[in-house]
Amino acid sequence: MSASDSVKLFNGGVAALDSMPVLPYDLFADRVLREFSTAARVAAYFGVLPEEPGEGVELFAIMARERHGNFVIYRTRVGETFQSLTPNCPQLHLFEREIAEQFGVVPSGHPWLKPVRFQRSLRPGHDAWGRDPALHPVVGDMAYFQVEGEGIHEVAVGPVHAGIIEPGHFRFQCYGEKVLHLEISLGYQHRGLENLLIGGPHPGTVMQMETIAGDTTIGHMTAYSKVIEGLGGGEAPPRAQAVRAVALELERLGNHVGDIGAISGDIGFLPTASFCGRLRGDYLNMTAAVCGSRFGRGLVRPGGVYFDIDAASADRLRAALDRARKNTIGALELFLDTPSVLARLEGTGKVSRADAEDLGLVGVAARACGIARDGRFFFPNGIYRDIFDDMIIDENGCVYARTRIRQREVDVSLALVSRILDNMPAGPVRNAPQPLRPEALCLSLVEGWRGEVVHTAITDPNGRFRRYKIVDPSFHNWSGLAMALRNTQISDFPLCNKSFNLSYCGFDL
Amino acid sequence: MFRVIAERFRQGYRTGKFPRQEPVLPEPFRGLPVVSPGCPEGCRACVQNCPFEACAIDAAGQVTIDLGRCLFCADCPACRHGRIGFSRDYRLAVRNRDDLIMKPGQELALAERLGRELHRLFGRSLQLRVVSAGGCNACEADCNVLGTLVYDLGRFGISFVASPRHADGILVTGPVTEHMRAALLATYEAVPAPKIVIAVGACAIGGGPFRGSPEVSAGLDSLLPVDLFIPGCPPQPYTILDGLLRLLGKR
Repeated sequence: MSASDSVKLFNGGVAALDSMPVLPYDLFADRVLREFSTAARVAAYFGVLPEEPGEGVELFAIMARERHGNFVIYRTRVGETFQSLTPNCPQLHLFEREIAEQFGVVPSGHPWLKPVRFQRSLRPGHDAWGRDPALHPVVGDMAYFQVEGEGIHEVAVGPVHAGIIEPGHFRFQCYGEKVLHLEISLGYQHRGLENLLIGGPHPGTVMQMETIAGDTTIGHMTAYSKVIEGLGGGEAPPRAQAVRAVALELERLGNHVGDIGAISGDIGFLPTASFCGRLRGDYLNMTAAVCGSRFGRGLVRPGGVYFDIDAASADRLRAALDRARKNTIGALELFLDTPSVLARLEGTGKVSRADAEDLGLVGVAARACGIARDGRFFFPNGIYRDIFDDMIIDENGCVYARTRIRQREVDVSLALVSRILDNMPAGPVRNAPQPLRPEALCLSLVEGWRGEVVHTAITDPNGRFRRYKIVDPSFHNWSGLAMALRNTQISDFPLCNKSFNLSYCGFDL
Repeated sequence: MFRVIAERFRQGYRTGKFPRQEPVLPEPFRGLPVVSPGCPEGCRACVQNCPFEACAIDAAGQVTIDLGRCLFCADCPACRHGRIGFSRDYRLAVRNRDDLIMKPGQELALAERLGRELHRLFGRSLQLRVVSAGGCNACEADCNVLGTLVYDLGRFGISFVASPRHADGILVTGPVTEHMRAALLATYEAVPAPKIVIAVGACAIGGGPFRGSPEVSAGLDSLLPVDLFIPGCPPQPYTILDGLLRLLGKR
């Protein structure tokens, strides 16, 4: 492979756009497929409107290479149609559908070409499904996969669900109680975020980044800040990196503990459900003690952090952690030492390692299938370069494995936060913002609590966003949930769903 | 079984004493905004600087802040002279959209009890159906948390129910995306009358951070009659609880 085919970047790296050759599509496809055969996987794959309109669409494929600890980026340009790579590489299926939806180009030969969020095409007059451009696409308006035959029935759930959860639509094809297939159709939370970011950063952009997925405020905001810092040619000061890491691990703690509580509630094991519901709040309140917001709003800002953790506040945080630690470990051990709990969780909603690899799962869901995939380990940045070596992996790919991963990651995060607080680097917590480099691409990956959050910015000649692409871990993982339901009882759905706990808004953008 | 009991003892009794005791919120918590007097004559910087158009200058030349649009940003960019800050007062819920517009020297008109007939029906038992309509899941999380044992919503006779048919009203979060409008209105229709509507969070009240996107609505009150507005991004759980209790005449 010649070096000029592609550009390689480390996490947070920047490259000039003119250093990226625009490959003919056939060569691009060949190179991308070759990367997959050498254990790379897709981190982001998206379209960009070319600067001179009417010239088709540019595509950027960003492949993550754990073995090398870096990313390789391929670039091409297509007209109205291109050959789909999904038949050879299933993990591209949703990315190709997204490109089709956003730019009205058709990936021909795509086996499952349906809308992703039912949004309008960014190229007026070009619609991959030939729908009327004057009308807004109707959410859920697509052909669902249907199983036919005697005794087959269909169950439709959503968009409004029974609990306090985000909207989405689920179609189960069932034979009796057995689920033969689950199709998940989203888009209900679509707020048009990526369109709002074009021409940015705007004054309101930071608040939009913090609300891509509110439960991952720190994860998304850190990814965005690193993009801005990278394009500005700098990095946040070490002390700010430490504060960000504390916040990211607190976010992980709160959500993991809350998830185990929710799993516990779903199977009717109420002691841990109620302990964890309260403990989750304790972790959110630790974040609030630092920045005033339980979700970390206002804490991370481009250039550093807006709130420092000084000695007094570090002491308070340590005391709060000590109070929560024992109760957390006790609540989780009680849960996973109870035989009836194990009987319910073990083997339920299993995803094989091969399926997880094919679908390109990330985060907790991937690690539960025996895949070594943790951005803190393979693509570390900031303080994680020196401090993180404790990646947790399980094997069975079932609800139990996903629960157990969380339990063990809670232990790791508790230790991490203490270690960081004991070794806070001195110095400032924020650098002055710098103008963004024009005509460049910057990407950053942050291992949020669900999995990797990947942000990519491409700037125009004035240093404004020509394109800002957000990939929430849920974008990779919803297909994993659908696979987990195959051949299980339909009554296992809530439990499987909780064990993934994916974001609707992070997917819908 | 014995382990469960032992663990229960170790975890202790955790239900809070609200509303008998005021909650202690952390020092950097951002509640009701405070505008310090002394703006220079003719300065309109905050009107332009707030990305979400929360600031305005009224006829008397005074700064007003629309709590329905304010996101309580830590690094509030509105006033470079630092005249706009935040107090730790978490009580923000009101009954009318206009009451969210905070005028200097004027107390916020906190939510009053429901009218006599609705109070007779719902005062001791209020069942709400939550509809998440395009938010970021933070408001949803802070509604969910009210069910945990710290807040223990059930002791006030309020609960979140699974079906609109079982509900006395809906509680809406999110900016009502284009894709959720029909589902939201259908859910509202499915609730038997008389019914109430509660808007929780900046998104539901006026689009929040997504204000101006063609994919979201201008505010829940443009679609449905709203009985209670609870501002914040997201509102503190105690802000939501305070609003609900005021509505039922329990505060």
